Parts: sequence; structure tokens; C-alpha cells
Amino acid sequence: MTVIGAAPLPRHDGAPSLELVGFSKRFGALAALDDVSVKVNAGAFHALLGENGAGKSTLVKCAMGYYAADEGQILLNGREVAITHPRQAHELGLGMVYQHFTLVPNMTVLENFVLSRDHLPAVIDWAGERRRLRDYFATTPFAVPLDTPVADLAAGQKQKAEILRQLYLKRNLLILDEPTSVLTPDEADEVLSTLKALTQARQLTIVTITHKFREVNAFCDTVTVLRRGQLVDTRPTRDLDNDTMAEMMVGRRENRVVVERETRAPGAAVLSIEGLSVADHVGQLAVEELSLEIRAGEIVGVAGVSGNGQRELVETLAGQRHAEAGRMLVHGEPYAATRAEMVRHKIACLPEEPLRNACVADMSVAENMALRAFDQPPASPDGVRLKRAPMRDTALRLIEAYRVKTPGPNAPIRALSGGNVQRAVLARELSSDGDLLIVANPCFGLDFAAAAEIRTRIVQARNRGAAILLVSEDLDEILQLSDRIVVMFDGKLALQADANRADVGAIGRAMAGH
Amino acid sequence: MADGGLGIWGVPLAMLAGAIRVSTPFIFVSIGECLTERSGRINLGLEGTLVMGAMSAYGVALGTDSPWLGVLVAAGVGLLMGALHAGICQLPRVNDIATGIGLMLFGTGLAFFLGKPFIQPKAPNLGAIDLGWWSDIPQVRQALQVNYLFVLGIVLAFALAWALQNTRWGMIVRLAGESVDAALAIGVSVGRVRLIATSIGGAFAGIGGAFLSLYYPGSWNEGLSSGQGLMAVALVIFARWDPVRCLWASLLFGAAGAISPALQSIGVTQGYYLFSAAPYVLTLALMIATCSPERSLRGAPGELGAVK
Repeated sequence: MTVIGAAPLPRHDGAPSLELVGFSKRFGALAALDDVSVKVNAGAFHALLGENGAGKSTLVKCAMGYYAADEGQILLNGREVAITHPRQAHELGLGMVYQHFTLVPNMTVLENFVLSRDHLPAVIDWAGERRRLRDYFATTPFAVPLDTPVADLAAGQKQKAEILRQLYLKRNLLILDEPTSVLTPDEADEVLSTLKALTQARQLTIVTITHKFREVNAFCDTVTVLRRGQLVDTRPTRDLDNDTMAEMMVGRRENRVVVERETRAPGAAVLSIEGLSVADHVGQLAVEELSLEIRAGEIVGVAGVSGNGQRELVETLAGQRHAEAGRMLVHGEPYAATRAEMVRHKIACLPEEPLRNACVADMSVAENMALRAFDQPPASPDGVRLKRAPMRDTALRLIEAYRVKTPGPNAPIRALSGGNVQRAVLARELSSDGDLLIVANPCFGLDFAAAAEIRTRIVQARNRGAAILLVSEDLDEILQLSDRIVVMFDGKLALQADANRADVGAIGRAMAGH
Repeated sequence: MADGGLGIWGVPLAMLAGAIRVSTPFIFVSIGECLTERSGRINLGLEGTLVMGAMSAYGVALGTDSPWLGVLVAAGVGLLMGALHAGICQLPRVNDIATGIGLMLFGTGLAFFLGKPFIQPKAPNLGAIDLGWWSDIPQVRQALQVNYLFVLGIVLAFALAWALQNTRWGMIVRLAGESVDAALAIGVSVGRVRLIATSIGGAFAGIGGAFLSLYYPGSWNEGLSSGQGLMAVALVIFARWDPVRCLWASLLFGAAGAISPALQSIGVTQGYYLFSAAPYVLTLALMIATCSPERSLRGAPGELGAVK
């Protein structure tokens, strides 16, 4: 056990090299990894690219000891090491930063840092720990407030804290799993350039899983691409361009449906939000006096880093949360998100995490697809009895039309993959030809092809004159789809702009609250 | 009342005395439950543990003539009941609420079954500290008879609050309650932490039961506990999972429970049963006031199923 007060200051013994040789891992019938070998040089900033399910996470989790690989050797600095438990990986100086934060939200930054120390004294000397951490932050390129509960930190600060914690623990090989997915472009650049400097100083080796070519081009020196559990290739970044990388990932040139946008003047206002205030789950205002108007035939994209009130806004529009103040009008009539109003005004909603927010997980695909219309003809001739046959027919038609991959209409919807749940809900919501469509992070976690298809459907709905509110954390998606862009920061609209005149720099700054 | 020297002042005095007496089992059960819940598990079975503790303490005190040995055995029985709950909850696909309700019924039923022979005989009582020696008024002297377990409960509340904040053990308990992923990431066995926390929580509840049978009311019968074990669980939520606030909340509940005997002592007998319901009404009112479907409770451990 460490003697109180004697914990040595963090110190880097230099960047190690890492070689993964012949990794295979099966989950049941699925070969998640098939004989994959990757060599990461000392001091490299090494990108791991691949679609969802390509095996990137499985590979790094095997390296970190979270999974036991069926086969595979790990060489650290050319020497073979056995890693069967995360603790062993930590002792060897390997650390991992996840897409989703692992800091404990209800504890302060200081408590989190102290907790993750390998040897915690029986009685904690908070004054000493605080002093040591403050001294340490004085030597790091960025710092985070010590006594703030992690839940109250902004996303960028949380990710910085995650990385600082790894450095504090003297990890000299970091594996980052989509580290910037919740950061603004500026925040991502700040974090990544700091890490880049540390690799160039040969203090750190970094392996990063990412989908963002921009970051690969700007920061990574080597790229490894995986596809369906197999290694495609490892090449220096300078030999690759975006098209080549995309081809390596997808395996063929993407015959991406170019989203055909009809040029059309927006029609009458469908949804008007006036001075809306909404409280979050701890009772603090998440949306503050927000006013926004969406007209027929336009997509209004709400950009912003997650946690700035978008979730609460969508929940209010979907009837999952009540407003503290302000009002919503649809077609000029007050709207309180009741079922009757949604039917009358033809409102459709694709919330984020549809399995949780828009489905009953244990009900069948057909039943879930009938949730909007089960009490109307033909599913129910009189609003009392339910008829299975029409529900099943509708479901079969929608499954066909939206290419939902399901064992059948009677399979429970929780058995479907994320993309297919998304498609099933979209099919249900769009099948009624709604006048107003509320969409939140529709392509989160989907691969290229599925994302492109869902985006096409959204634009098609716009082209036929629906008003669409698109809330997304993916700025590229917002830029690609929107007619008008607003940025949400701290519950308020920080910026409004027409999409064709939008300045990406200004949007990024507004997302960061500048 | 023959002396009449106190009059209406008898009510707050009786409530103070009542708060000290009635609150003691609340303090133990709620502190135990607080510890258990901070580790991420709910133990609704503490009502059963309380009754088992009361029965076993009484039986042992009766047999050995040593009430303190009874307290010790009650703590041991509570420890075992807690460990049983934790053990069952670690099995796959087991719900801790359902298990808790099962153990509550099991505990009370078993205690009634085993406790039949102890209903009539009189066991020795736990003693009290006489803090009213300075006063000539008998009511004051009587009110300031402070039992030892009450003092122990206060010490435990502060000790637990300190330990949760300042020791490795406390931090690990909190970590297990806040985030299983984070706990696993630093190599903590969440199951073991919860086993220990639930067992100690059960031991505390057992001591609370010993108080019921060995001090106040001070005898063993089947109507001994009137839901204190369950109300203590509600009280933990009201106290926002803070041991020291559990202490204050227990005192508040104890005082509410003492309203009706206090009023009776000055001759107000109307609505006796209505006033007896005061703690229950208070529980309901507090739960309604502090809960909301749209807000999660501040301070709630992140892994606690019932408040997610």
C-alpha cells in the first residue's frame, strides 16, 4: 500500500510500441475478429478505421484485457506480454478513453482522479491529494476544475478530464474510442493537438478509433482499416486520400444516393415554438425561452453539442416532458403533445435511441409499427377491438418498403439491430405522410449505407412538403440536410443561419458558446 | 396528571422524549439501508430483519440474562439476513425489490414462529443514561433518560458519513453504487462490495430490532414493529442518501410518532388513532413532495434501480 503523501508525481517513461499479432475472437457464430495483426510504432498517432461491426472495439478490448481473445499475441516494445485483465494492461501503461464517459458523474473531478489510483490509502488525505493534483495540473497543457461534480462539466471538459486522468496514472499508451464524438470541432482540435504534441515528444503512443476523416488527415500518421473482422491494410496517412479510405472501409465505391433536393420556397409555418422553457431531470432549466418556427417544406437543423437542451426540447415536442413556460403552436393551434393532437396535425417523431423512446422493446415488430394507428381503422374498426391481420399486412408492407431486416413481423423488436430499429420506427412515422416530422440523431451508430438511406427518406419527406425539425450532434449531417441551421447552446439558440450561407467556423464557435 | 406543573409544556417534552425513544430503530435501520443503497442495492427486507433481530435479541437476553449479548446476536442475525439478500440478488435475473419483499415476509414469519415461547416471559432491559439528574421535575428526568443505543446510533451516523467520504472503503462503496462500469474498470468486485454493504446494513437493522424488544416498548410480541423497517427505507430517500440527514429524518419521524401519546398525556384523547397515523402521513407527504416522474433525485446513487 502506498504511504500517504508518498505517491510519486506522474512521469512518462517514453512511448512504447505495440504489436498485436494474429488476433481472432468469435462471439457464438459471429467471427468478430479473424486473424488481425496490427503494428503500432512507438510515438505513433495511429488511427483504426472501419464501419460499425468491423471489429475495431473488439480488437482494442482484447488488447486491454476486457475480452479474452481466442487467439493472438501482444508484443509491447517487442516483448511478449500476457494481458488477461484490465488491471494488467494498466500496470503495463496501457489506458483507454471511451466515447462515453467513464468518470462517475456524481463525484467531483478530484474524487474521480483519486479513486482511479491503483493503490488507494485506507484513509484518504484530501488536502494532500488536492495539492498533488493541483501541482500536476500546473504541468499539463490543459486543466479542469477540481471540485466540480463531473456531471456539471461540459462535454469537452469531461473528455479532457478523461485524458488527463490517463496521463495522471502514467499511462503511456492510450487507446481512444471515438474520443471526439461529443466534442465541437474546436474542442476536438484542442484535445487532439495536445495529444499530438505528446506523441511527437515521444511521451505517448496513441491508437484512436474514429469515423472522422478530417481528424485522421490532420492528426494521425498511420491508418489501419478493418472490415468485417478482417484486416484490410495498414498504411501511412500521407499515402491515402478520403476516397481511398472510404473504399477500404466499405469495400466498394459507395454508390451513395445523392439526396435530391427540390428547390422550393418554404410554405406556411407548421410548428411555432414561443418562449419555451423546459426543466431537465434534476429540475434545472435545460431549455430557456426558446422561440423557433418551422415552415412546410423546410428542414431546420438544430446543431449543438449534446446536453445543451436538445434532448429536453425533443421530449417536450414528443409529449414525454412538460414545459415550464411558453407555448407551442401547430398549424396555428395550441399544441400540448396529446395523442389526439398528433393524429389531427399528422405529427411524426423519430427520437434518439428509438428502442427506448419510441418502441416497446418486448412487443413484436408488427405491434410496434402499429403503435400510431392501432386504435384506428383498419387495425381497429371501432376503437375497441383490434384486428391482427391488417396490422400484420401493414407491417409486411412497411418492412418491405423500408428494407427492415427482421426474422418476421412477429419477432420482438429488441432482437433487431440498431439500424433496423431505426428503420422500423422511421417506417411507422413516415407512413402517415406527416405534416411535421421531429427527428433526433437519426443516424447515430449507423453505418454509411444505412445512414445515407435514412437521410434520403428525410429529404423525401421535405420534398413532399413536410416541416422537419432535425436535431443532431453530427454537424456534417446538419450541413448536408438542412435548409436552415440553428445552434443550441445552454438551452438557448446561439445562432440562426440559412444553410447555403452558413459559415462552419461560426457554427462551431456557437456550439462552443463563443 | 397529578402534579400539573408542566401543563401544555408537557407536549414538546413528551415529543422530545418520544423522538429519542421512537427514533432509535429508525436511525439504525435507515443508516443500514443508507449504506446498502449507496452500494447500489435496495434491501426492502429490513422490516423482516428488524423483527428477526427483535425476536433473537429477546430470546438471547431471556436465556442468558444479558441484554447486550442479545444485541450482539441480533446484529449477527441481521448480518446473516443481509448476506442472504445479497447472495440471492447476485444470482442472474433476480430483482432486488422482489427479493426484499420475499425476505421481509420470510423474516417476520420466521420470527413469529420461533418467538412464540418468548411472548410471556420478561427479559432484562437495556439500560439508559440519566441526563436529567439536574432537574427536580419527574417528567424532565424521565424524558432525558437517553438509551445507550440512541447514542451509538448518533455516533454511527457521523462515523458512516465520514467513512463514505474519507476512506478507501467508503469511496469503493460509493463507486459500486454510482457506476458498475467505473468500478469494474479499476478492478473492484461490485458483487463483493454489495455483499459486505448489504450484510452490514442488515446488522444495523438487527440492532434496531433489539432496541424494540429490549428497551422500548421492551417486550416481544407479534405487533412489535409497525412497519418501521419499511418506513426507514422511505426515509433514506427523503434524506437523500446522507447518513447524517438520515439521523435528522429519524428524529423527525420519531417526534411525529410521539405526538399522539404526548397529547394523551395532557388529556387530549380525541383522535388518538388519527394522530398515531402521523408518521405514515408524513411519509406519504414527503414522498409526494420529493418525487417527480420527470426528475431523478439529486444525490441518488447512479446504479440504484428504483430511481433510475
